[in-house]
Amino acid sequence: MKKADAKPQKSDSLNPLRYVSRRDATPETYRNLGFRCGLEVHQQLRTAKKLFCRCPAGVYQDGDDYDAQLVRHMRPTLSELGEYDGTALMEYRTKKNIIYRIKGKTACTYDIDDTPPFAVNREALGIAIEIALLLETSMVGELHITRKQYLDGSIPTGFQRTAIVGIEGAIPVAGKRVGVRQLSLEEDSCREVSDVGHERTYTTDRLGMPLVETVTEPELLTPDEAAEAANVIRYLGRSTGHVNVGIGAAREDVNVSVEGGTRVEIKGVQHIRWIPELTHNEAFRQKALLLVRDELARRVADEKAWDAIPVRLSAEDVVRLGVVPEGMSAAAVGLPQFAGLLGFGTNPGRTLGDEISDRLKVIACIEKPNMIHSDGAGSSPAVWKDLRRQVGAKTQDAVVVLWGPEADMKTAVETVVERCRLAFSGVPNETRKGLPDGTTLFERVLPGPDRMYPDTDSSPIPIEEETIESTRARLPRSIAERMGQLDAWRAPADTHAYVLRRNLCPLIESLVESGMDSRSAATLIGHRVRRAMGDREVNAERVRWAVGEGKALEIAGDALRDLVVLALLEPPASFDELLERAAYRRATEKEIRAEIRRRLHDVAVRRPEALVPVLMDRVRPLAWGNVPLAKVAQWVEEATR
Amino acid sequence: MSEDAHKGYKGEALDALVRFQVGVWSDVDINSTRGHFRGIILPRSEFDDSRHLVLKLATGYNVGIDVRTLRSVVELGRREAHYKIPEKEFPTSPNKPNVKLLGTGGTIASRLDYRTGAVIPAFSPGELYGAVPELADICNLSTEKLFAVFSENMGPTQYIALAKAIGREIENGIDGIVIGHGTDTMHHTASALAFMVQRPPVPIVMVGSQRSSDRPSSDAARNLIHSTTAAATSDIAEVMVCMFGPTSDEYGLLHRATRVRKMHSSYRSTFRTIGDIPLATVTRDGVKPLRQDYARRRSDRHVDILPYFEERVTLTYYYPNMHPDIIDALVEKGYKGIVIAGTGLGHINKPVYPAIERATAAGIAIYMTVQTLWGYVHMFVYDTGRDLMAKGIIPAENMLPEVAYIKLAWALGQTSDLEKVRELMLTPIAGEITEREPTDGYLIFQGGMPEIQEFLRKVHK
Repeated sequence: MKKADAKPQKSDSLNPLRYVSRRDATPETYRNLGFRCGLEVHQQLRTAKKLFCRCPAGVYQDGDDYDAQLVRHMRPTLSELGEYDGTALMEYRTKKNIIYRIKGKTACTYDIDDTPPFAVNREALGIAIEIALLLETSMVGELHITRKQYLDGSIPTGFQRTAIVGIEGAIPVAGKRVGVRQLSLEEDSCREVSDVGHERTYTTDRLGMPLVETVTEPELLTPDEAAEAANVIRYLGRSTGHVNVGIGAAREDVNVSVEGGTRVEIKGVQHIRWIPELTHNEAFRQKALLLVRDELARRVADEKAWDAIPVRLSAEDVVRLGVVPEGMSAAAVGLPQFAGLLGFGTNPGRTLGDEISDRLKVIACIEKPNMIHSDGAGSSPAVWKDLRRQVGAKTQDAVVVLWGPEADMKTAVETVVERCRLAFSGVPNETRKGLPDGTTLFERVLPGPDRMYPDTDSSPIPIEEETIESTRARLPRSIAERMGQLDAWRAPADTHAYVLRRNLCPLIESLVESGMDSRSAATLIGHRVRRAMGDREVNAERVRWAVGEGKALEIAGDALRDLVVLALLEPPASFDELLERAAYRRATEKEIRAEIRRRLHDVAVRRPEALVPVLMDRVRPLAWGNVPLAKVAQWVEEATR
Repeated sequence: MSEDAHKGYKGEALDALVRFQVGVWSDVDINSTRGHFRGIILPRSEFDDSRHLVLKLATGYNVGIDVRTLRSVVELGRREAHYKIPEKEFPTSPNKPNVKLLGTGGTIASRLDYRTGAVIPAFSPGELYGAVPELADICNLSTEKLFAVFSENMGPTQYIALAKAIGREIENGIDGIVIGHGTDTMHHTASALAFMVQRPPVPIVMVGSQRSSDRPSSDAARNLIHSTTAAATSDIAEVMVCMFGPTSDEYGLLHRATRVRKMHSSYRSTFRTIGDIPLATVTRDGVKPLRQDYARRRSDRHVDILPYFEERVTLTYYYPNMHPDIIDALVEKGYKGIVIAGTGLGHINKPVYPAIERATAAGIAIYMTVQTLWGYVHMFVYDTGRDLMAKGIIPAENMLPEVAYIKLAWALGQTSDLEKVRELMLTPIAGEITEREPTDGYLIFQGGMPEIQEFLRKVHK
């Protein structure tokens, strides 16, 4: 796809979108847009078993590694209040074969919905209560397992079992308190393996893992605040020591709206660092769609009287178009008054036309490319002229040409017309998939509360006062407290994120208690250990062990820090082995000073200022661990004077 | 307020509703020691405790509030739910076959019952059409709700009513009959109908669902589509059970009523033909017979309805330490027939023998079946068996234990002449005894074996 400028294309009557890149955006930019964002942060809980069955949690395999497959189709059902959910109906229209891949080790008959749920995992519930308390929520008296419908097939039952633990809490973000709407305990969904045409494949290893979902109020007013809030929630979960870390263990759904726009949910954001760009672009996408709406309002007097003009194209037309793959049918849809609008930029490199194409892929299951339109290229002027004639299009009208398997054409044409009709009201209710480049794709229609249904397979679970009190008594420190602690330790600013993300405050705390200088302890963990370990788990126990052993042998502080890192990198090694690997030799001050004098005779340097560093290099192996190197430097200075 | 205003609430929770002058469907603002809550009070299941209110939050979630934590409850309004399956008039056409759906209960299409938290069935053609519009492409559907009982409460009264209703429908010219039934005892009812409704000219298809239709992955809609397809178009004029073949949404199987059994407490593909192969597969595209020895559809309207049932018949599952007084007790209580599910080829232990002698002497019909389910009773192989036959126990060939129970009750319902009963019992009427067992009639593969694992990877479960 060509990388188009996101500014509106030539259409003088349109207001300029006034798109600015995120780098150039200021808080003012977002205030003007009326930017509002809320988060739904999912964190997997570190439990031995899944939430509603006894399968092991957290065991994964490749998408191609499976023992058996089964097929399901999802049908919409009525909600508890007697309504069909909008998403449900859309998903039903897509007529997908959903294939589940099962590995005996990680999935059982519960996972494939052939066995009712077992009693909820108490370990998971305990962790959820802990997090609900940290979020300062109002705790429910009784947990009601609810079914949240997902007709995309990501869960073989067609719904996710989920339950509210607490509502109306708060977290500290950007110096203010941001509301937390709810904290729920729920089962994780399948991982998608592929989605092509009418066939979507999932693997079931992740399915049923316990996770908590923290939902904030839409009170985050800039993309950076949104990212910060995501971090705070992540740190808070991790401070319990009972949530998983690593890729996919925490995922965010990000809700964005602008003034006059609609809440749009960007699903499954894998990295917090993606949030700013995604929300920024979504805000401008909504602004662009609102401009399209306003323009349509100007052009079309009576929206209700507006209708598209679909025409099925003949076999000759299909050949002449030159873009339709063999064996596919095609149709043209005339869109009165839409000239110039389909090419209108909505996101960097994307236009309103792309939004229609996305829907064709998702709803009608037609792989891209699946359409061209009169604001873009794609066929010869002569062909366009003829097509315009066929749908009776005038200058101010646009034309979409779409193609696909014959069986999907009816849904496809409806999809095009429906999306264009939605353009009159601005921003459609959608969930969108966030891409690494900061843009989004249509995923499905945004579901409403109508998709919630009580789980008839389980009874309510009371949360007793004693449970809450005993959990409260062993709560970790709050994130705000931890941040204060880092300041008090004089931990360098660039260590904070890592230390909080990996819940390493308690480790630093214990190092300080054992007599290490606080800033050194924070730097050791936040710099040295982080550099060495990257995203790997830090074994706090081993760090404490290495420090204890080193102290007992009176290893100098700087060498001890080297040894801590070495201990983490070589987990099975004993302390003697670590010392051996570091080539440590015990030496007294007298021996080291003698070594300095001996080396001084051997060294010849051209420039006198090079003498001290060269000498240090020579002496360091012997001095390392016995005396702090700063002290050695002092002795070298003295000797060379 | 009326009792309805406090639906399902009792004890402390009911007191709280009364105290704060709110009820079910009240939109309330709650202040509690656990914090603030806002939502609609829902009815509570009668089986849940008396300490909590159920609240539906604006997000659609339900939560429970402990009434002991309540500080204040303020009613802001009321919002009653009107749960209704969208009803549309079922479109009919003279070109389509007429199919009657007889309802007995079960969860083919259903809605939630707030009081019990369970699902209750929806049933009218309009409701069914609203939920499963595909039905209109298959047949002209009419429905009659005969009773609304759970599967486990189906019994002789219902079997007989059902048989008579089927007779009436056939007389009136129906092209096929579907019977909606809970799955737990579907095979009992199926075999009862197979004996009570003989030589029907049209298909009689029993159907249910293992996952109620309130979930998107329910098997209900597909089972309904399969069973109406079989009733409308199939050439097989027998009593059948139509349920999922694999657990996948792929095809249904038509099982002969007397050879089918529910074999898993929760799987979709729970129904299996035992000791034989099923009659046919069915998809929305039609029925594909797997064998040819079935009764063909006829255009005449003749059927024999034989609605008999003796209630004093029992099915006894033998276990190694069974005491003879179990059998004596049955005799004493006036039972007229006993079907035993014996071990292996049809055995029970020696201490029970005298009781068997006493029972046969008292004129009680005793038949032996096997608890292995697969295979024939072979009482000539070991002395034990010969002994038992000498004492009057009659081997029931390869009749399934439940089928033999139903058949014995049906036979004793017609006559108390034990010779006639014996003749009825041992003459196959609807495939309940087969002359031979095909080698593919017993297939329970062992998971874990490499060749089976390889097969499972290729075929949808």
